Amino acid sequence: MSKNNPTSVKQADQKEIKVKRESFFHAARGDSKFKRLIIHLILIGYCVLSVYPLLRIFSVSLRPGNRLLSTDLSIIPANATLENFRLVFNQGLLQWIWNSLIITVGTSIVGVIIAATSAYAFSRFKFRGRTPLLIYLLTTQMIPSAMLMVPLYILAINLKMVGTYTGLVFAYAVTSVPFSIWILKGYYDTIPVDLEEAAVIDGCTRLESFWKIILPLSTPALAIAFLFNFSQAWNEYLIARVILGSQESILTWPLGLQRMIGQYLSQWGQYNAGALIVSVPVMLLFLYMSKYMISGLTLGSVKG
Amino acid sequence: MLIDPEVMLNSFKEVILTVLIVLAAIAALEGLLYLIFVRWLKLKNAIVIMLISPAVIGLLILQVFPLLWEARLSFTNMSLKHFFNFDFIGLKNYIRVFTEPVLKQVTFFPLLARTILWTAVNIIFHVVGGMCLALLLNREMKLRGLYRMLIIIPWALPQVVAVLAWRGEFNFEYGWINLVLQRIGLTPIPWLTAPVPNFIAMCMVNIWLGIPFMTVIFLGGLQSISGEFYDAAEIDGASKWQSFWNVTLPLMQPIMAPAVILGTVWTFNTFNVSFFINQFELETSDILVTALFRAAFQYNRYGFAAAFAFVIFFILLAYSIFYVKTTKAVEGAEVR
Repeated sequence: MSKNNPTSVKQADQKEIKVKRESFFHAARGDSKFKRLIIHLILIGYCVLSVYPLLRIFSVSLRPGNRLLSTDLSIIPANATLENFRLVFNQGLLQWIWNSLIITVGTSIVGVIIAATSAYAFSRFKFRGRTPLLIYLLTTQMIPSAMLMVPLYILAINLKMVGTYTGLVFAYAVTSVPFSIWILKGYYDTIPVDLEEAAVIDGCTRLESFWKIILPLSTPALAIAFLFNFSQAWNEYLIARVILGSQESILTWPLGLQRMIGQYLSQWGQYNAGALIVSVPVMLLFLYMSKYMISGLTLGSVKG
Repeated sequence: MLIDPEVMLNSFKEVILTVLIVLAAIAALEGLLYLIFVRWLKLKNAIVIMLISPAVIGLLILQVFPLLWEARLSFTNMSLKHFFNFDFIGLKNYIRVFTEPVLKQVTFFPLLARTILWTAVNIIFHVVGGMCLALLLNREMKLRGLYRMLIIIPWALPQVVAVLAWRGEFNFEYGWINLVLQRIGLTPIPWLTAPVPNFIAMCMVNIWLGIPFMTVIFLGGLQSISGEFYDAAEIDGASKWQSFWNVTLPLMQPIMAPAVILGTVWTFNTFNVSFFINQFELETSDILVTALFRAAFQYNRYGFAAAFAFVIFFILLAYSIFYVKTTKAVEGAEVR
């Protein structure tokens, strides 16, 4: 599928950069002013739609307790207060965030290590069972998480792992591995084999060349895989709910926040304050990483 | 008390210990494999075995084994009542999935039809919306970076937060959707309590959540299409519309196929949206996966739920095999 064999890569390189710069936005050449205006209006409209719910979260989090339920639509409500932020910390938000953070970082590290090495094997070696394995990895994307939960829950009961992080870390560890392998394999595929061959001639072993050449070059893809693992575990609700049960101090933040809104929106302001605290750092990280993410997801799957 | 240092330390210890044990196990495994395959058997492909075995073993223990175990479970009558003393009852669970109500009233086929409708509606909006936005963004213009960043926000927001916030906004009296409807003179809609509006609400939220992913993927694809193709099309006298159909779409095929297949499977399996937006547990808003969750963890029919899970899995498998066969989406699996 990808045509980047060494010689054509070198030849195409310089030409490609030039062509790309000239024709990058080719499709838009010669738009009239009116057309541009319409395009901007459509985009602004859609942006409002995609940001407004977030602004509402912000707005509700500033509402004082006695005006929680109001028909006010302004972004900064009357009598805005930070009271909700204080209250939500008293509810144990920090504890929940801490729990989520360590579980997430722990599982992401394990997940990326496992994926990075096996993706290398899939990218550079031909071996029996390679294609079936790759197809198996794709198939696992089809397993509904609710499906694995039944056996994991019953196994966790039998192994006395309900209500422990050990059970949760195990349950999370491999969920993102198949997808990470696909991303990383795709990225390794784009790194010319010559680099490694040169290193092997210089006396490196295969493992050394992987460690010294491929891994450093793959930093963006590794970051994507890490981020993917991270966001999967950070936002996970279902398995955590089943495995952790209901003891308040060990909850992860999605469980904790969810618990704050019962049927009657009694702690609606606090929920929104908590939601904002949890979301903003993750969102900034995500937006910052999104450019790597895009190149990582598309690289190797489309030829220029 | 904002946070209890002791609780904090305990949870830290527990996770670190688990991670260290896993890493130590991997290291031990690698050492063992090295001794067996490199030193003893002197295999040429030993490095492959060493590279893939952590993933393979991890998947075997945490995915394949639980699935096989669940397959066995699906032939038993295990439930909360028969947790330890369950019996094998043959194919009864599978027959029950199709003949008896899955939850209280709803049966399998209406659930399946609703899930297919849900998936189709969502995917159509995701792909068309994503493509439109990507085409609009794929040009040199002011504020391009800002637009792209704002459009990604629904994807960047943690899903549980987004969905629960939307649920609050579907509140009959205080949610902004009904407030806006009222201000422009329409009657408010009971989003959370009436079956059809609730289903529409679910779709709205999921479309909102899914468009950014498709936009980003399609934008990446559009930017990697060389302008030469369009030049050629222009010389041949193609209109913009024609060059979209005959140049852009075919060249986007390799990136659209996996995006659509993954998107379909993800939408089919979306749990959070239909579970949370359906606040009052209307059985008319359940899709297959949420019904599966309820059958297992609210009705505690584990054996039945296992059979149900396999039925869902085989539906997805059949779909994917069909799709992969027709579009050859796994071509990348060949060694180059």
